[in-house]
Amino acid sequence: MSAIESLRLHSPALIIAIPLLTAFIIPLLSKIIGPKARNGFVVAVLTGVLALVLLLAHDVITGGTRTYVLGGSTPLLTLPSGYQVPVRIMFVIDAMGVFMGIMCGVIALVAAIYSCMETYEGLYKFYTLLLLVTTGIFGLVFTGDLFNLFVFFEILSIASCGLVAFKIDSPMSMEGGFKYMVISDIGGLSLLVMIGLLYGQYDALNIGMLANRMDYGMIDIIALGLIVTALLMKSGSVPMHMWTPDAYGETPSSVTIMIVGASLSSLYALFRICFTLYGGFIGINVAGWIIVILALISILVGVTMAIPQTDFKRLIGYAAVAEIGFILLGLGAGLASLSGNSVDAYGIKAMEGSIFHIFNDALDIGLLFFVAAVVSYATGQRNLNNLCGLGRKMKYTTFLFIIGLAAVAGLPPMNGFASKFLIYESVFHLNPILAIIGILGSIMMLAIFVKAFSGAFLGPPVPELETYKKVPRSMLFAMSIVVAIIVFFGLFPDLIVDNLAHPAAQALVNHSEYISHAIRIGGV
Amino acid sequence: MLWNIPYIAVVALIVLGLYACMFKSNLVKIIIGTSLLEAGANLFLITLGYRKGGIAPIFTNAPSTESMVLPVPQALVLTSIVIGLAVTALLLSIVVMIYRHYGTIDAKKVRRLRG
Amino acid sequence: MTPMSKIVVLVTNLLCGFILVFGFYVIVHGHLTPGGGFQGGAVVASACALVVIAYGDKRVKERLSYDAFSAIEASGLIAFVGLGFFGLGATFFYNFLAVERISSLRWLFGAKALIGPNPGDINTGGVIPLLNLAVGTEVLGALSIVLLLMLMTYTPKRGEAEIEESTAGRRAQETGEKHETGGN
Repeated sequence: MSAIESLRLHSPALIIAIPLLTAFIIPLLSKIIGPKARNGFVVAVLTGVLALVLLLAHDVITGGTRTYVLGGSTPLLTLPSGYQVPVRIMFVIDAMGVFMGIMCGVIALVAAIYSCMETYEGLYKFYTLLLLVTTGIFGLVFTGDLFNLFVFFEILSIASCGLVAFKIDSPMSMEGGFKYMVISDIGGLSLLVMIGLLYGQYDALNIGMLANRMDYGMIDIIALGLIVTALLMKSGSVPMHMWTPDAYGETPSSVTIMIVGASLSSLYALFRICFTLYGGFIGINVAGWIIVILALISILVGVTMAIPQTDFKRLIGYAAVAEIGFILLGLGAGLASLSGNSVDAYGIKAMEGSIFHIFNDALDIGLLFFVAAVVSYATGQRNLNNLCGLGRKMKYTTFLFIIGLAAVAGLPPMNGFASKFLIYESVFHLNPILAIIGILGSIMMLAIFVKAFSGAFLGPPVPELETYKKVPRSMLFAMSIVVAIIVFFGLFPDLIVDNLAHPAAQALVNHSEYISHAIRIGGV
Repeated sequence: MLWNIPYIAVVALIVLGLYACMFKSNLVKIIIGTSLLEAGANLFLITLGYRKGGIAPIFTNAPSTESMVLPVPQALVLTSIVIGLAVTALLLSIVVMIYRHYGTIDAKKVRRLRG
Repeated sequence: MTPMSKIVVLVTNLLCGFILVFGFYVIVHGHLTPGGGFQGGAVVASACALVVIAYGDKRVKERLSYDAFSAIEASGLIAFVGLGFFGLGATFFYNFLAVERISSLRWLFGAKALIGPNPGDINTGGVIPLLNLAVGTEVLGALSIVLLLMLMTYTPKRGEAEIEESTAGRRAQETGEKHETGGN
């Protein structure tokens, strides 16, 4: 078969294996070739991986769910010959998985381009950790096996903690990294206990197989409670949000977008477990309402705690907590209206909005962190009280911050407006108060960022900040890629929602199709 | 009742681990708490695989083919032990750097990030 | 850390060889007896720990270097992921050596394994013993680097003055605090 055909057939495994291999080659390679060639190599590898992900996305959206069995004689042999049970480790890729895959490919490429100009010693370890986080996210979203989910979850948290604590000269990075690692570890161990509870009852680890065999007894409800707590802890929603401003604020800013991506991947795991494993559960509506209430508290707490902040990056960190609240609002609304194999019309719209918002959130918050990093690189200041009047000299940065501000607050024509409008419109049918609190949250978010903008960029120029370093071109290039995607999504949201978000929401709700692909009889 | 002792040990380990993580202020004791939690989770997985009267699931020089315990949880626990080792090594090296910067490892004093 | 007495050094010299042999035995026989890549690699790394404790950090710094262990670790990792790529004719991580198509490679772990109790044959298993070797190499490199970096001495910076300033406004009993930080 030709090269393109075999690439299409093996693309799920290649998407995970190529960043992994590159992550291990980089230390040996950086002794041979210089730093510029190494940066170019990483960017080229990530571009290739993004191309493979787009190819896989085209296959899955037009062709249906795909499976890939690791170690079988053919990639589709889910049931080994002569067996009735899928015993091999497999990847089951449906539309939700490729949506998250596209997001991860884009943010990894942007982060790699942005960090071409970073000047840390030991920079090759930085790229190794970045590629390991990419591998972790890809593995998490493609896997069809519950224990594989745990392994990639732990790879993701260890590598992203290594990135948070990367600057060993700064004591606050160490503190932030410690808190982040303890929280992630406790979350991972809860996931492991839940896997033990489910395995002990049903003797299956495959998600499709488990969903087929599950009858929802008392232990399964306890397992659901454990896993929802663990994944909410890892994604940074209230009441376990204390680590979020510390970890987001202390990462080297070129990779904060990857840490945001890591939190959003744990939200993907929540989507997958709540919809596919527990889709037939009668009491899932109650779980949906609990998630909705936690989401509202997250939105309010996030925007309220961001108001008195004086540190630029911690302010954006608290805004990220509020954005997680918006995504959980859509998820809860979808769960609360789930019954059997379908949801009501507004339930599907809520899920589409929140799935679309996952991608937008990563881009918007990433862009804001990039701008904060550029400001701190150019002037050496992070405190908003000391910054003033930067708009006169740094014109590109000001323009990019205005776009980030409009996107995160939900103003048209940015992508934040499209996804937030979908969420407001659909949760209004559930209960009008939810939409009102959501709109209030957006208004306060606008207020916070206008405060930051007017404090830092408007006003008369301050004499201490007259001399500043010129912003490197790779940073501006990376930020302009993000802005281009934001504006494109904002101007043509129908394209994305109809082609990417709607199949994803359908694939999540229709869990019997997922099960039938995972345990299909016969294979070939 | 005798067969339930491993499960009681699991609950005891997890409760002690959570208590040490949440209420102790020495950073090294917090790391010991995560070690206890991980030991509890691993013990839980292995105990699930026990079948009454089973022998170790190894075919080399096995005494008989009568019931063996399940080998799959043992493979899962191996992976989990390696992950726990990596997490503990990372946390301990962060604590070494914290001591270098702050001069103390009391969590109440390592608190420059506030608000 | 200071080197230990002559008895400890002599026993280390005698025991190191046995520890290394036992570690590699556990790595290579991973598909027959309990053990495998990670366990054997940890045993070999304990030999490194013994050497560092017995000889003290000055002499170890002259002989064992981080770069060598880092290269060993990286080569183990690349071998592991690379062995997965070899099976891409069928799928990733396909056991291409255990299938009896490639009769020229039957000497390399290609024989058929027996089901049921048997005295184990080391020639079985396909690509799994090779993966064990790759993982064992990687683990011994990684754990040796962690041990070398943590066991060498360092001098902590003086951070106590800043801590006292920041807590002076909150605590009532300052003398108790000074005793505590001095004791740490």
